Amino acid sequence: MNIIEIISQPWPWYVSGAMIALIMGILLYYGKSFGFSSNLRTLCAACGAGKKASFFDFDWKAQKWNLLFALGALIGGFLSEQFLKSPEPVALSAATVADLAALGIMQDGELVPTSLFNWEVLFSLKGFILFVVGGFAVGFGSRYAGGCTSGHAISGLSNLQLPSLIAVVGFFIGGLIMTHLLYPLIFQL
Amino acid sequence: MKNIKYIIAGILFGIIMSKSEAVSWYRIQEMFRFQSFHMYGIIGTAVTLGVIMVALIKKFKLKDSTGTPITFAPKEKSLWKYLIGGTIFGLGWALTGACPGPMAVLLGQGFTVMAVVIASATFGTFFYGLVKDKLPN
Repeated sequence: MNIIEIISQPWPWYVSGAMIALIMGILLYYGKSFGFSSNLRTLCAACGAGKKASFFDFDWKAQKWNLLFALGALIGGFLSEQFLKSPEPVALSAATVADLAALGIMQDGELVPTSLFNWEVLFSLKGFILFVVGGFAVGFGSRYAGGCTSGHAISGLSNLQLPSLIAVVGFFIGGLIMTHLLYPLIFQL
Repeated sequence: MKNIKYIIAGILFGIIMSKSEAVSWYRIQEMFRFQSFHMYGIIGTAVTLGVIMVALIKKFKLKDSTGTPITFAPKEKSLWKYLIGGTIFGLGWALTGACPGPMAVLLGQGFTVMAVVIASATFGTFFYGLVKDKLPN
């Protein structure tokens, strides 16, 4: 088996987790901190939002490195899909497959269900809630909480910061409410 | 070009996010249903190694590539800001199945509808900037 074939298999959780820690280490070595959602604030500032709110009136060019990191993430997604794709569908637990089938979502060979992540669904009420409302909540909530999964769950917890632990508890409160209480309603639409 | 290292780090991040399946809407659903150890294993491993890394950096006062000591800025003290903000984020995370990093990775994978999600997330951040002084802090 050659190296590409080995990398193309789904990575075990301990390899994945170690590699994420490595990314944090690389950025610390470059004198930066790992936090992806800051890019959304930088994007606003770069588009001139500093004229509307002082929150965006800062030297966004100092954050250019993070935008380049985001560009790299996009390229990395492209390369994975083109050259490192696993032939097997995601090895989900049987319970999850059954739960999602009950919502009308059948698993396919991609990382996200193509029956959901398409433009036709976007222009339905369900798609509007999933993508537009969902995206808004991620952008609003991450800034309100001062960070997202990378900034709080990885960087913040690694530094044993109590605020990050509170934020992560919040992530799960929101995620559990959405998954268990609101998904059954949204997927009826 | 000295900035290319950030693009390379980003590419590595994009590949890690894809191959770990952390960008998968299915995996996020599985996590919020407590039906697999996969996502908890990833985050747990990353945080465990991260705690050790940060402790070593502090203990040995390690410097970054420019020779500047590596420091960690403490977050401001607050309860509601993190709890409410975090909860709103969590609602969105479960809806889209993606936090900001995976949104970019999925767009790169060819799920073009993620461009709308990213635009909406950017608008969400913009809206926060407008109303932040009126929110409980």
